[in-house]
Amino acid sequence: MMELVLSVTAVALAFAAAGAIIRIARGPSLLDRVLAADVLLAILGAALCIDMAVNRHLNNLMLVVAVSVIGFIGSVTVARFVADRREQPSES
Amino acid sequence: MSPEQNAVDTVIDAVSAVFMVVGALMSLAAAIGLLRFPDLMSRMHAATKPQVLGLFLLLAAVGLQLRTWWVWPVLLVAWILQLLTVPVSAHMVGRAGYRTKHLHKELLSTDELEAVVVKAAKAARDLEDDDGGNRTAG
Repeated sequence: MMELVLSVTAVALAFAAAGAIIRIARGPSLLDRVLAADVLLAILGAALCIDMAVNRHLNNLMLVVAVSVIGFIGSVTVARFVADRREQPSES
Repeated sequence: MSPEQNAVDTVIDAVSAVFMVVGALMSLAAAIGLLRFPDLMSRMHAATKPQVLGLFLLLAAVGLQLRTWWVWPVLLVAWILQLLTVPVSAHMVGRAGYRTKHLHKELLSTDELEAVVVKAAKAARDLEDDDGGNRTAG
């Protein structure tokens, strides 16, 4: 059963990561890219959790916490220093 | 191992399998929302799903699979850290998005920040006018 769960979650997370990367590449504004990078980090943490659950170890737990802290610091820093450099506002 | 123990094991395995699949589908839903929603605010709504509920489900699956009681406080600390940091970063991103007008006004049902922003801009203008008057008088 665990092999089936592993393959289903791997496929779902792969599509999710692809979607987040497409939004990072296309995202019209910097904030969209920051948000998509945050989601990509959440997907990375989800993959680490699934690895721990399927193989029954706790080696990645510090890495999960570190990934969430990195996402927090990154998005707060970028949002603090973002500026409006567009000619036409409200096209998003 | 007794058959009863075996049945309990199977149930725990099934529950954690469901948790893992649903948690992975949260990430997929966030990615679909990122791709399909029209502006920053609605994309932020989609992006929070794997960060809170998805992480909770996956950490619960880890705890169920390890079958020891002492991992639960550690997993709880990891989840609470995420709960504390996610609102702060969402607040900063949403504020920056409002200030730089990355939103469709027509999609909002209420805009409680607009009155505050208008009032603050008016106060700043009044202060500037006062300063100008003082400077010409003095």
